[in-house]
Amino acid sequence: MVETNIADELKRVFAEGVIACQQTADNVPTLWIDPERAVDVLRYLRSGIESPYAMLFDLTAVDERDRTHRSGLPDADFTVVYHLLSPGRNKDIRIKTGLRGDYPSARSMTGIWPNADWYEREAWDMFGITFEGHPHLRRILMPPSWEGHPLRKEHPARATEIGPFRLPAVREEEEQGALRFRPEEWGMKRHGEDTDFMFLNLGPQHPGTHGLLRIILELDGEEIVDSVLDIGYHHRAAEKMAERQSWHTFIPYTDRIDYLGGVLNNLPYVLAVEQLAGITAPEKAMVIRVMMCELFRIASHLVWYGTFAQDVGALSPVFYMFTDRERVFQIIEAVCGGRMHPSWFRIGGVAHDLPRGWDRLVREFLDYLPPRLDEYDGMVMKNSILRARTKGIGRYTLQEAVDWGVTGPGLRACGLEWDFRKKRPYSGYELFEFDIPTAVHGDCYDRGLVRIEEMRQSLRIIEQCLKNMPEGPYKSDHPLATPPRKERTMHDIETLITHFLNVSLGPVMPAGESFFGIEAAKGCNGYYLISDGGTASYRTRIRTPSFSHLQMVPHISRGLMIPDLIAILGSIDFVLADVDR
Amino acid sequence: MNETIMRLLMIAVVLGGALFIASGLIWLERRLLGLWQDRYGPNRVGPFGTFQVVADMIKVFTKEDWVPPFADKAVFVLAPAVIVATILMPFAVIPFAPAMQVINLNVGLLFFLAMSALGVYSVTLAGWSSASKYSLLGGLRAAAQMLSYEVFMGLSLVGVVLLSGSFSLGRIVEAQQGLWFCIPQFFGLVVFVIAGVAETHRLPFDLPEAESELVAGFHSEYSGMKFGMFFVGEYLGVTLVSAMITTLFFGGWMGPLLPPVVWFLLKTFFFICFFILLRASLPRPRYDQLMALGWKVMLPLSLMNIVITGGILLARG
Repeated sequence: MVETNIADELKRVFAEGVIACQQTADNVPTLWIDPERAVDVLRYLRSGIESPYAMLFDLTAVDERDRTHRSGLPDADFTVVYHLLSPGRNKDIRIKTGLRGDYPSARSMTGIWPNADWYEREAWDMFGITFEGHPHLRRILMPPSWEGHPLRKEHPARATEIGPFRLPAVREEEEQGALRFRPEEWGMKRHGEDTDFMFLNLGPQHPGTHGLLRIILELDGEEIVDSVLDIGYHHRAAEKMAERQSWHTFIPYTDRIDYLGGVLNNLPYVLAVEQLAGITAPEKAMVIRVMMCELFRIASHLVWYGTFAQDVGALSPVFYMFTDRERVFQIIEAVCGGRMHPSWFRIGGVAHDLPRGWDRLVREFLDYLPPRLDEYDGMVMKNSILRARTKGIGRYTLQEAVDWGVTGPGLRACGLEWDFRKKRPYSGYELFEFDIPTAVHGDCYDRGLVRIEEMRQSLRIIEQCLKNMPEGPYKSDHPLATPPRKERTMHDIETLITHFLNVSLGPVMPAGESFFGIEAAKGCNGYYLISDGGTASYRTRIRTPSFSHLQMVPHISRGLMIPDLIAILGSIDFVLADVDR
Repeated sequence: MNETIMRLLMIAVVLGGALFIASGLIWLERRLLGLWQDRYGPNRVGPFGTFQVVADMIKVFTKEDWVPPFADKAVFVLAPAVIVATILMPFAVIPFAPAMQVINLNVGLLFFLAMSALGVYSVTLAGWSSASKYSLLGGLRAAAQMLSYEVFMGLSLVGVVLLSGSFSLGRIVEAQQGLWFCIPQFFGLVVFVIAGVAETHRLPFDLPEAESELVAGFHSEYSGMKFGMFFVGEYLGVTLVSAMITTLFFGGWMGPLLPPVVWFLLKTFFFICFFILLRASLPRPRYDQLMALGWKVMLPLSLMNIVITGGILLARG
């Protein structure tokens, strides 16, 4: 029964509630739903069908007012887009509700999915869409005193479009006052039955938060009664910048989303663009991409490994792991020229061919790392103090993981063998032999075990790349591939014109919508692109794993102690740029 | 008269020596950690970076001596002095060599325990007077940790006293002629070393200042020389505990060929390095785990040790 067409089924059940079906480049069933019926439809998808769409994978909005290519789509000023994922079916569905008016409102889905909380706050913050029934609809990424909603089309994208920034003493006072935490606003009590609670600001600058993250803890002694996360300190409006950069020049911005992931961030973006344009990267480019991605996965996991040990109090491991990461960077530097942010993938391929001697570097690394990893097992993971600190701490069940939109190692640590590289192979991953490590308890320790085994599996993949690197071009011949290949430009006028336009203005992508999600180091990283037939995207939505993972922290740290919270933060492996974008 | 001058000279030597070693430890620890962590550590100032200590001193002394406006000023200033004083005092009763001792108290061991118990005040008062939440949490952790480990530290030494029949440290060393107490009092040694680490709140028991959790714990608000006092106090504590391990369990100055004082310093140096190695290799337990370890493992262990030692002594008559 699972095979039935979900679009037909929804039409049968909800009849008039389904307004239209939209064709998208990614072939995800996209249905426009009457806003009045949205809650019912989503509840039905969440719990009314066999192998349901249990995960709210993403929730975002689109400002439709300036969009020109809207033929066949229902009228709307704003749309709220719900992207659901069904682990049982391995299928996605996209539900859109069209809203009318300048500052429209929609119904909150926080009653169906707990992780709708932050997503709806973000949509309100960015678009000014009110979600009725949301418990704490307030700014999440922008400062509380911000005027306007940045992702609306009328909001300026550049500092030069608004007046110069000034911070006189009075305003500074006001800004600081706005950041003051008032427990009552969050429904928190200042006193317990026989105790007074202490409210502790952990961060924004704190050695245990790995960046600018503010956690407000409600403490009874050292026990965490409740907590509120304040994010947005790292917000750089990457999604807004995508609307003014050309398709090609946005690539370097993607690198900096998960700044430990390097080209792993380029991949979902270029794949989404390629899907939109109908480009297929040549075989060699695909294998190079896989190899570089796996190297960055190892680099990212090594940073996690070291900082995780450091969070639990071990001083030394972080130095060994950064040394190893340096080895990875030597290869990356030789291949890409850059280190942390090489911005090396291109639409239709990669920037360059592999340099001479790359294979020697990779081979040396394949021999170098495994014994080191074995040594770290004994030093870190088998240490009894570390086990006592992390086993059974920060535990969540598979059901909770799905409810909160957890992907990546955090999901696999609960026992679900879910890896986008296997479930929805991209860039030729179906040709590689590797295993998906899983664990059972879903606690801090198990999340660690999964990541460590993943590094070994990545080494296997890299070894297969090394042995089977195909010959051929490293970039597609497609006219929309950027920058276009140079060899033939001087021979015929057509190629010359294409080259000139694609380099000066940037390529024009056909109008349409496309989503592509990949298995990044921290979970599923996906790009949802809307092209209005221009040289820049009309809307770029970056679905990052850290955002949904971090949202879960208050839920899993309740009743534990401050050191446990630090261990949990370490085990989640988030990057704040990946949270705030 | 001559006697008095010798005493004063001895005091100067011990005081200067302890401070010299403690400051040298700052350099030693950073170099050793560097060695074990595949990096260099300070190697720029002077030969092998040894003048780093001098550079640090200049920096710490010339920093603004700042007291937070919200702090309880008198206590805030007093707290760092207390820790240095209480750790320096016990050096007076340690026998470095047969006649090298500031004063041979017949209750030397009790004096050491009393002084190290007073050290809790420093840390707790520092945390309290800072009027900062992180400092308060650090101070509370310190109070609980140091008070409970004080108990086991005292109990672990009962066996040594039983065997030597004296509280005088000099007599305890002499009683180890032939067999160092580390063998008959093995469990006492284990408990004492662990309690010693907890007393000096060094990793793995650095919970009062756990960096990744409490930023800097009880001394979060301290800067300049007041912070320097805590810093030196920690290294003095390491030196003191190492010297006590040497005296109580490893035969103090005793050893062949080399002069007694050299043996004493060598043994102490060995234990100091052991302390630093601990820091390089172990993660940090949680606060309640530390307390559980203390009351559920260490306390029974040290009580067992007393019962068995006492039993054997009784049986021997």
